[in-house]
Amino acid sequence: MSTQPIATPAVKSAPPQGLHSTLKQFLLDNMVTTLFLIICALGLWVSGLPLTFVISDLIHRISRNGVLILALLIPVMAGMGLNFAITLGAMAGQLAILMVVHWGIGGVPGVALAAVLSIPMAVLFGILIGKLLNKTRGQEMITSMITGMFASGLYMLLLMVMVGSAVIPIVNPEILLGTGVGVKDTVDLAIVSRAIDNLWSVSLPITGLASAALMLLYYGSKLLAKQTTGPAQARRSGIKLGLIAAVAIAAVSGWIMTTDSLLNMVTVPVATFALVALVAIFNLFIITTKIGQDFRAVGQDQHIAKVSGINVDRTRIIAMTISTVIAAWGQLLMLQNLGNLRTYGAHEAVGMFAIAALLIGGASVSRATVGQALIGMVLFHTMFLVSPQAGKALLGDAQLGEFFRAFVAYGVIAASLAMHAWKRTMATRKRLLS
Amino acid sequence: MGISDYVLELNNISKQYAGNRVLKNVTVKVKPGEIHAVLGENGAGKSTLMNILFGMSVIHTTGGFEGEIMMDGKPISITSPFDAMHLGIGMVHQEFMLIPGFTITENIKINREHTRHNLISRIGGPALKSLDMAKMNKEARQSLDRVGLNIDEWVKVAGLPVGYMQFVEIAREIDKTNIKVLVFDEPTAVLTESEAAKLLDVMRAIANSGIAILFITHRLDEVMSVADQITILRDGEHVRTLLPKETNTFHLAELMVGREVHVVDKGDRTKGSQEIALSIRGLRVLMPGEEVRHVDLDVREGEILGIGGLGGQGKIGIANGIMGLYPARGEVTIRGKKLALNDTRGAYAAGLAFVSEDRRGVGLLLDSSIETNIAFTAMQMRESFLWKLGPISQVNSRKIRVHALKMIKTLDIRCTGPTQLTRRLSGGNQQKVCVARALALDPTILLVSEPTRGIDVGAKKLVMDTLVKLNKELGMTIIMTSSELAELRSICDRIAIVCHGKIEGILAPTDSDVDFGLMMAGDYYKYRGKEA
Amino acid sequence: MEKLRTIVKEVGLPRIIIMAFLALLIVLAAAYRIPLVPLLGAVMTRTLINGLFVLAMLPAIVSGIGPNFGLPLGILAGLIGLLLAVEWNLTGFTAIFVAMLTSTPLAIVVGAAYGWLLNKVKGSEMMVATYVGFSFVSLMNIGWTLLPYRSPVLRWPIGRGLRVTITVADFFQGVLDGFWDFSVGGFVIPTGLILAFLIPCGIVWLFMRSKTGLAMKAVGDSRQFAEASGLNVDRYRILGAVLSTVIGAIGIVVFSQSFGFIQLYEAPMFMGFAAVAAILIGGASVRRASISNVIVGAILMQALLVIALPVAGKIIVGGIGGVAEITRIIVSNGIILYALAQVGGGD
Repeated sequence: MSTQPIATPAVKSAPPQGLHSTLKQFLLDNMVTTLFLIICALGLWVSGLPLTFVISDLIHRISRNGVLILALLIPVMAGMGLNFAITLGAMAGQLAILMVVHWGIGGVPGVALAAVLSIPMAVLFGILIGKLLNKTRGQEMITSMITGMFASGLYMLLLMVMVGSAVIPIVNPEILLGTGVGVKDTVDLAIVSRAIDNLWSVSLPITGLASAALMLLYYGSKLLAKQTTGPAQARRSGIKLGLIAAVAIAAVSGWIMTTDSLLNMVTVPVATFALVALVAIFNLFIITTKIGQDFRAVGQDQHIAKVSGINVDRTRIIAMTISTVIAAWGQLLMLQNLGNLRTYGAHEAVGMFAIAALLIGGASVSRATVGQALIGMVLFHTMFLVSPQAGKALLGDAQLGEFFRAFVAYGVIAASLAMHAWKRTMATRKRLLS
Repeated sequence: MGISDYVLELNNISKQYAGNRVLKNVTVKVKPGEIHAVLGENGAGKSTLMNILFGMSVIHTTGGFEGEIMMDGKPISITSPFDAMHLGIGMVHQEFMLIPGFTITENIKINREHTRHNLISRIGGPALKSLDMAKMNKEARQSLDRVGLNIDEWVKVAGLPVGYMQFVEIAREIDKTNIKVLVFDEPTAVLTESEAAKLLDVMRAIANSGIAILFITHRLDEVMSVADQITILRDGEHVRTLLPKETNTFHLAELMVGREVHVVDKGDRTKGSQEIALSIRGLRVLMPGEEVRHVDLDVREGEILGIGGLGGQGKIGIANGIMGLYPARGEVTIRGKKLALNDTRGAYAAGLAFVSEDRRGVGLLLDSSIETNIAFTAMQMRESFLWKLGPISQVNSRKIRVHALKMIKTLDIRCTGPTQLTRRLSGGNQQKVCVARALALDPTILLVSEPTRGIDVGAKKLVMDTLVKLNKELGMTIIMTSSELAELRSICDRIAIVCHGKIEGILAPTDSDVDFGLMMAGDYYKYRGKEA
Repeated sequence: MEKLRTIVKEVGLPRIIIMAFLALLIVLAAAYRIPLVPLLGAVMTRTLINGLFVLAMLPAIVSGIGPNFGLPLGILAGLIGLLLAVEWNLTGFTAIFVAMLTSTPLAIVVGAAYGWLLNKVKGSEMMVATYVGFSFVSLMNIGWTLLPYRSPVLRWPIGRGLRVTITVADFFQGVLDGFWDFSVGGFVIPTGLILAFLIPCGIVWLFMRSKTGLAMKAVGDSRQFAEASGLNVDRYRILGAVLSTVIGAIGIVVFSQSFGFIQLYEAPMFMGFAAVAAILIGGASVRRASISNVIVGAILMQALLVIALPVAGKIIVGGIGGVAEITRIIVSNGIILYALAQVGGGD
C-alpha cells in the first residue's frame, strides 16, 4: 500500500569488528568463564600434575558427563530453569542397568538394552515432574530440586527394601546383600564396563586431526553458503573463529605426532564422543523445529504463548520428558565408563555437578547453549581434577583442595541464581517504569 | 437468508457479572471494509464487548453471555481467542503481545510458522518439522511493507520504540490471510502525534483492502476524521449509531457522557470557604498506566473535590503519588506546610488517609479478620490499639474489638462478626472495611479512589452517603477520584477532569454534558478556547 | 460427608496421610509389643531439641521470605559459639550461656546480610537460600580446617583442622536436660529442656502480638498493603531473617548439649530441610505459619521418625539400616512438595 514508510533509524547493528576486538568483547561478556579459565590454569600449574594425565582423565570425564550436561539445555530454553531433577533420569538409567546386569547381558547389547529399558521409565518420570512443575509455576527450580530428593527416597525404598523381598522376589547374590534383601551399596558393572568406550578407540593426535578436518568442512561450507538474512557481521567472525580453531587443532595434533610425547598414547573413546556429538546436534536441530520454537516462546512469555494458541502446559511437559530421557542415557554412558555403580549415591551429585559445570561455561538460568556446556565441562572437570593436588601444593592439605572444589560448585550455583533473580526484579521494575 | 450486508454482527449482546449488568442489549453491525468506531467512557462496556468477541475465558467462567454473533450472515460461536483467529477476527491489543527476545518475523508468525518435513519429523511427528525461516521472513517483509514499517524483519523486538511495536502488532494481524475484521483497542494511546497520524493512514489502507476495522477509542477527532460509522455506548447500553456527517465533536461528547444526574443537596454550605487545605504544584507521578505529567490543583477546606477522567489518563495517579505509593515529584503543601513526597509515613503524619482503588491488592489483608484490618494502619502509624511499656508493645485486643464493632454498626458492614476474614466479604462490605481503616486514623483530609467500583447499588449508596455525612458533620475535606462521572456530579462541590496526565479543567456538577464530554476527551480547549 | 470433605481440604491430604501413617505405626508398635514408654521419652527429647530449628522457620515464613532453607547459616554461627566455649574450657551453664552470647551477635550480622540478599532476589528466595546455605557450609569446611582453635578436644591429634565430631560429654552434656528434672514413675521429665524450648516459643508468640510483629506479619501477607500502610517492607524482611538466624544459632547450642556432640563439616547441610518439613507438617504453608504449627509439627515429625524404626525392624526382613533415613527423606520432601504445589500459579 502506498503509505509513506515510517522513518526508521539506521539499523542498529554493531560496527564491523576486527577479530581482536571480537575476542576482547567475548572475554568481557563472559567474566565468569574467564575467571575460571584463570583459576584452572593456575590450578594446573600449581598442582604439578603431568599434562598427559590431566588430558587423558579430562577426556574420559567429558565423554562420560557430556550427555548428562546436554540434558539441561532444553528445560532452560523452555523457561523452566535449571533442571535439578535430571536425578530422576539418572535413576531411570540406573534401574535399567541393574536389570541388564541382573539378566547377565553384557557389552554393547547390554547397554543398548538398558537404553531401551530406561525410556519408558524416564518418560513416565518426565511427565510426572512436568505436571508437578506446571503446578508450581514460578518456583520450578526449588520444586525440581526437592523432587529429585523425594524421588531418591522412593528409589531407596525400592532398592533397599523391596528388591529381593516378597515384593520383587529376585535372587542374585552378586547384586543383593547377604541377607537377600536390598541391593548392595556398590554393584560391579564389569559386564558392561567400557562397552561403548571400547567400541572405537583412537589415539589423541589422530582424533585431533580428524576433528580439525570435520571442523574445516563445516565452517568452510558455512562460509561458502549463500548469505541468509541476519546480522551478517557476527556470523562472519564466528566462522572465522571456527576456522582458526580448526587449523590450530590440526597444527597441535600434527606436532604431537612428530614428537615422542606420551600424548600419543592417550586414546579417545570416539564412539562415546560420537554419541555426545549426536545429542549436541539433536539439541541444535531442535531449535530449528516447530517444537523448538514453541519451547522458546513458552520460555520467554507464557502468557503471550498461551494467547497465541500454544499449549503451554503440554510444551513444558514435553521439554521435561526429553530432558529426563537424555539424562537417563547420559547416566548410562557415565556408568559404562566408570564400570561400577554406587547404587545409592551415583545419581545424587549428578544434577548439581552438571549444573555447576553449565553455569561455569557462561550459561544462566534463562540461557544455555551447547558451546557453554562444552566449555563449562572442560573448566569444571579440570578444576575438579587439579583441586586436591593444588590444595596440597599451596596449603599442604589435599582435603582443602577438595573442600574448595565443592565450595566452588555450590558457590557458582548460588551466585548464578542470585544474579538471575536480581536481574529479574530489576527488569520487572524497569518494565513498570517505562 | 442470503448474503448479508454485514461482515460482523453483534446482535443484542447482554452480559452480567454476578448480578451486575454490564452490557444490555447492545447491537453493533460492521460492514466489510468499513472503519466502525466504538466510543464510550470507562465502564461503558467496550472491553466486555471485546472480551466476548474474542472468546476470552473470563466471559465463559462467569456465566457466558446472551445474544448472537454472526459473520457474513452466519451465526458463529467463539469459545477462545484461537477460535476468533480462525474465524478471521484479529485484535491489536493495548498492551503489546510481543515477545521481546524474538525477531519481528518470529513475533508475526508465532504459532503459525511455516514448516517443512525433514528426516526426523517423518518418524517423530509434525512437531519436529523444520522451520522455514526464509519463507517466513519473506511474508513478514510483505506485511511490514503493508503497514509502512521500514525496518528489517529479522531485528529483535526488544529495544524497538513503542510506536514501532504498535505497527508490528498490526503487521502480525494482517499477516493472517483470513483476516476479515480487525479490532484496534485504543491504538493511539501510546503514540506520538505523527505516529498516530500514520496509524490512521494505515487503518484507512487496511480498510480499503477489504478488512473491516472496529476502532475503540475516546479521541473524538480521530473518530471524526477516519470513521465510516460511529457507535456510542454508555453504561452498557447502545446509545446511538451514526455517520460522521450526521454529527460533530460536541454532539459526540454529549452522547458519550449525558445522563440524568441527581445532585445531592448538601444543605447550607459556606461555599465561601476559600481556605486551601491541600495545594499541588507541578505534580508528576510514575504510576504505570496512570501516569501524571503535570498537575496543579488547589483543594479547599471542607469541600468534596472530585477528580474524574477516562481510564489511563492519570487521575488515579494523583492520590497514589501524594500518598507515596508511586514515585512522585513536585510540590504538595498541606495548610501551608510542605509535604515530603515518596514518604507514606509522612503523608499519614500530615493527617491524610487513603482508600485505594485496588481494594483487594492494596486495601486489605484478605486472610486477616475485619477487626485487624480496621485497626492496622492506625496501630502502625499512630500507635493506637496498643499496650505500651517502653519499646515493648502488645496488641490491645479489647480495644480493637470494641472499635470494630462500632464501625460494623456505623457503616453497616454485613458480616458474621469482627473476626470474619475479609476475603469472605462482598465487594461493598470490603470497601466499607477499607473506609473504616482510613477513618481510624482520624484524618483531616481523606483521599478516596474509585469508592464504588464493582459494588452493588445498595452498597454504592451507603458509601456515598457516608462520604457526604463525613463531609457535612465532621467537615472532612474529601478528594474523590472516580470513573463514574454521575457519582462525582452527585456529591462533589467541584470536579477536576484529568486528561493526558494533566488537569484539563475544573467544572461544577451542574455544567453541561457537552463540557464534561469534551474535557474527558481532551478537546475542551480546542473547541471552547481558554476559559477565563 | 460435606463436612468431612471440607476438613480434608483444609488440613490437606498429605498431612492426613502422615497422621494416619503415624497412627498405624503406633498400632503396629503396640501389636508387636514394642515398649512405648521409652519411645515416648525419645520423642519428647528429640522434639524439644529439634524444636528450636522449627521455631526458626516461623519469623521467616511470616515476614514473607519463605521457609528458611538457609538455616545452616544460623547453625554455623551457633557452632562457632559452641567451639569457643570448648576452646575456653568452660563447663556447665557457663558454657551454654557463653556459647549463646557469642553466637548471637554473629548470627545477627549474618542474618542481616542474608536478609539483605533475600530482598534483592524477591520471588526466588527459597532457591537462593538453599544454595547460599550449601555454599557457606562448604566454605566453613575450609574454615574448620583453618580456624586457629587450639584445644586438643577440638583438633585432630595429627594433621590439620578440627575434628568432624567433638565430644562434649565432659563439658556440658545434658546441662539443660538435667536442670530441675524430675521423675514421674520411671519417666524423666527434662524441665530445663522444656523451658529451653517453650521460653523462646513464648517470646516469639508475644513478639507476634506486638506492633512490630503484626507489621512483620502484614509484610508477609501483602507487600502492597504493608507499603500502603507506611511500612518499610525490606526492613521487616531483614528482621525476619535475623530472628530466624538467631533462633537457629541458639537451637544448635541446645541441640548439641543434649546430644553430647558438636558436629561439624557436612552435618548442618540438610538441617534446614528437616525443619522446613516439620513446620509444614504442623500445618503451615510457605506463606503462613503460627506457633501451633511449630509445636505440632515438631512433635509429629519426631514421633514419625522415632516410632518408624523399631516397627520397621519387626516387619522388614533383613537390614533396617536405612529405613529411618528413607522415611525421613520421603516424608520431609513429600510434604515440602505438597506445600509448594499449593501456592501454584506463581505471581
